[in-house]
Amino acid sequence: MPRELKDVLHDWEAVIGLEIHTEITTSQTKMFCGCPVAFGGEPNSRTCPTCAGLPGALPVPNKKAIEWTVLSGLSIGCDIARWSQFSRKNYFYPDMPANYQISQFDTPFCFDGEVTVEVDEKFTWQRYDRGTADNVKAVEGDVDKGYNARIGVTRIHLEEDTGKMIHVGGSDGRITGAIASLVDFNRAGLPLMELVSEPDIRTPEEARRFVHKLRNIFLTLGVSDCSMEEGSMRVDGNISVRKRGTTEFGTKTELKNMNSLKALHDGLTYEIVRQVELIESGGKVTQETRHYDPVTKVTSTLRSKEDAQDYRYFPEPDIAPVVLTDAQIEEIASRLPELPDQRKDRLMKDLGLPNYDAGVIAGDVELSAYFDEGLASVGKGRLKDLAKPFANLVLGDLSAYLNAEGITADASKISSADCMELVGLVHEGTISGKQAKEVFELMVESGASPTTIVEERGMKQLSDAGELEGIITAIVEAHPDQANAYRGGKTGLMGFFVGQVMKETKGQANPKMVNEILGRLLS
Amino acid sequence: MSDTQKRLADTLPFMSATEVSALVTSKEVSAREVAHTMLDRIKQLDGDIHAYNEVTPELALAAADNLDKRIAEGATAEELGKLAGAPVAFKDNMNLVGTHTTCSSKMLEGFQSPYDCTAVRRLLDAHTLPLGKLNMDEFAFGSSTETSATGLTHNPWDHKRVPGGSSGGSAAAVSAGMATITLGSDTGGSIRQPAAFTGTVGLKPSYGRVSRYGCVAFASSLDQIGPFSHTVRDSALALGAIAGKDPLDATSMNVPAEDYFASCNQGVEGMRVAVATDLLEQEGLDPRLKKEVLDSAELLAGMGAEVVEITLPSTKYGLPAYYVLGPAEASSNMARFDGIRYGHRAENAEDILDLYMRSRSEGFGDETIRRIMIGTYVLSSGHYDSYYMQAQKVRTVIRDDYKAVFAQADVLLTPSTPVLPFKFGEFADDPTAMYLSDYYTIPVNMAGIAGMSLPTRLIDGLPASVQLVANHFRETDLFRAGAALESSFAFPYDSVPAGQA
Repeated sequence: MPRELKDVLHDWEAVIGLEIHTEITTSQTKMFCGCPVAFGGEPNSRTCPTCAGLPGALPVPNKKAIEWTVLSGLSIGCDIARWSQFSRKNYFYPDMPANYQISQFDTPFCFDGEVTVEVDEKFTWQRYDRGTADNVKAVEGDVDKGYNARIGVTRIHLEEDTGKMIHVGGSDGRITGAIASLVDFNRAGLPLMELVSEPDIRTPEEARRFVHKLRNIFLTLGVSDCSMEEGSMRVDGNISVRKRGTTEFGTKTELKNMNSLKALHDGLTYEIVRQVELIESGGKVTQETRHYDPVTKVTSTLRSKEDAQDYRYFPEPDIAPVVLTDAQIEEIASRLPELPDQRKDRLMKDLGLPNYDAGVIAGDVELSAYFDEGLASVGKGRLKDLAKPFANLVLGDLSAYLNAEGITADASKISSADCMELVGLVHEGTISGKQAKEVFELMVESGASPTTIVEERGMKQLSDAGELEGIITAIVEAHPDQANAYRGGKTGLMGFFVGQVMKETKGQANPKMVNEILGRLLS
Repeated sequence: MSDTQKRLADTLPFMSATEVSALVTSKEVSAREVAHTMLDRIKQLDGDIHAYNEVTPELALAAADNLDKRIAEGATAEELGKLAGAPVAFKDNMNLVGTHTTCSSKMLEGFQSPYDCTAVRRLLDAHTLPLGKLNMDEFAFGSSTETSATGLTHNPWDHKRVPGGSSGGSAAAVSAGMATITLGSDTGGSIRQPAAFTGTVGLKPSYGRVSRYGCVAFASSLDQIGPFSHTVRDSALALGAIAGKDPLDATSMNVPAEDYFASCNQGVEGMRVAVATDLLEQEGLDPRLKKEVLDSAELLAGMGAEVVEITLPSTKYGLPAYYVLGPAEASSNMARFDGIRYGHRAENAEDILDLYMRSRSEGFGDETIRRIMIGTYVLSSGHYDSYYMQAQKVRTVIRDDYKAVFAQADVLLTPSTPVLPFKFGEFADDPTAMYLSDYYTIPVNMAGIAGMSLPTRLIDGLPASVQLVANHFRETDLFRAGAALESSFAFPYDSVPAGQA
């Protein structure tokens, strides 16, 4: 019976660095040729002499992809190289048409950046040194309730993606046991950014939050569709463990195939526990590449260090070094949109949203856009009152609806403006909060606007003081015993009277007014 | 054969492109007749010489008919240009749809490219007639065309001797009058050395002047395509046709082609011509070839040029540095030939590694394998700094040396090769000794500048030559000095023994 993460983290510290490959799916064309960037399609239908590695074909760098990479670097505070070059990484594999990959070696476009990850209350326990670690900061005074951790980014470089191997005849499409291998070069040559983090990550949750944050940033920039499932964002982890209190690195393993945020968290968790158990039972961690199977949730050896390649990097002679001027970099920087951290700040400072609400909204690019659309649908003056209830609706009923449908906010059938209208109806007292829930359900069913639904169904709240007074007076008179008991001190009976009023008015009575009138009549 | 046909068969092989285009555009001779005459000559001669790996009558005749049609429709000589109707051919490392690109290697036996090489396409767009593809050292690794998997090419001046290499077929075809202009590629001398050996004009343009797209790469930072021709003016016309930015080659420079033909008429009055005294004292230089350089300098001085003596001490480092950088890049460029997608594939391979190793061992010849192994070694970790990095530093030193020369001079005059054409098999046991025949040409590639080999006189029936070198993108200076020297020497290129009645 394997031990759990919390058992091993007490004495052991995990050291994790991530390598994240992101395809620049926004690019119209591949990195070094004019073939279109797309997903799926007939195998080898998007190829040309260059990306198929035909004799005599040459690479021409995609300027836009370089700009996207620089923009990505700027978004996480990287320095940008004024002079950099592409290099050839030489190794033989059939998914790589030229048997070298054009990549970058010692002069990446971007270096020395950082990302702040937000770990919430549920996962603070994973970080045993949360109270003392240099890169950790409590969000609201109490580090147990949530903390921010700074994760360094070593570099982002640009390279070309490889083709895809399809192994036929084995199990699960893996090479083991396959009888034939086919190769599709549609993906070969796609522009691919490789981001390398510092080994600053200490817990699986920090790793997950790191990737989530990056994904959110890249989506905000519009650089990629960042699909971990379809492979346009791929995460490899380097993991080692060491005794708490020591500073030397242990032997690391490289973990591949973590193709979702959950797989990333679970894969790292498994690997940390495996390494600790191995060492504690007298064994030694072998430096190797391991494969994570999200079904069995187990990692297994893919290749050992003995197979390690000498890539014989050298400067790509087919492409001149890339020189970027300050003016060019400034121009690219001017394209930076509002980034998730800035978004969160705005939601907190300008709208007074609490940290949690702002974090969740700003942490989801579709939800952010949706939220902003709603804000824009009403006058600025009303936002002070409406923003918080609007956030409640978006994070509550709307998110529940999106989850149930399995869609993101941009695909919502209910418009953001309609949601804001619904919030407005409650705030103005036209309908009650309870009615609002019903209206929301009807909006989901019919797609009609809340005002239409309220009008068609006659759901208007009963707020006529005279009419209410009459109804309530009759009810109090009809229940003298209860009224007397209340007056005698059994104030709990207030709920009984409210219930009677609601029953009589079919739930349309304005609750605030009911309370006020009842209080007066029963005093 | 009619008298006209006979006269054409006698004169066409050694006509310049300007003469051919004048005949064709004035309708004196049809392009179809030109094509037929040349195809016949190839049939007659190439059995002995073997300049061609592949002859393409259909392409030649189609191009000829196309041109004849344009002329019949009223296209003028001016519109069609001075290359119209010129019979041309291409080194077998340049792609042309409808032909094979074998690089004279078993590895690419039968390979047909689905796309054209830019330089080839541009030369054909000048209404030239494609006769075929030309023999070469395998993947351009060699200086004698002896490493070809398709057989030896014989020097038209002496069949016991090599035509030089690697573009030996391109040189021999022009030399024997089996093409008016051919294209070759030059990585360390592969155009200029065979030009010198065959009495032809061979031009290596500045790096970046001509697109490399569609020419199978040897060493990407050194390769450059250039023309072979009988005359300096044809060389100028050919460069004018193929030069200029190509969006498909990121190393091609955005500098428009100049009127090189006009440069040929400019004379050398006031030109500064450098002679490197230390290069002429180099051990191994045939004194007769040294004399050609000194005489050339004197001729140019007599025509109004100013001769300055300089030294180029870095030249001796060129060869060793080249044999690090060239193979380094080649080892990587050759990696795509793996038997997976095209080319030779070994049968019954046990696994992927076995497939790679066997396909490549079977497909590549010895010299190719030698270069791949040297290149792999110098790039491997632990050796990179002491070889590759060191060689790059040497390259910078060479560049600086030339910079100093071109601060004082417009062109540099040197031998093209240290020796006259050698015999087959002379270096069979010592491949590195043959590398020395590129001694004077290699540094020009290392510096990325322009060089031209120009025939001077016959020495014991073999062509002698000199090399002119000009600064980056200063080909106009080569044509000025080259045309002047050419008219002084009047090299008898039409007296080549091959095909003489």
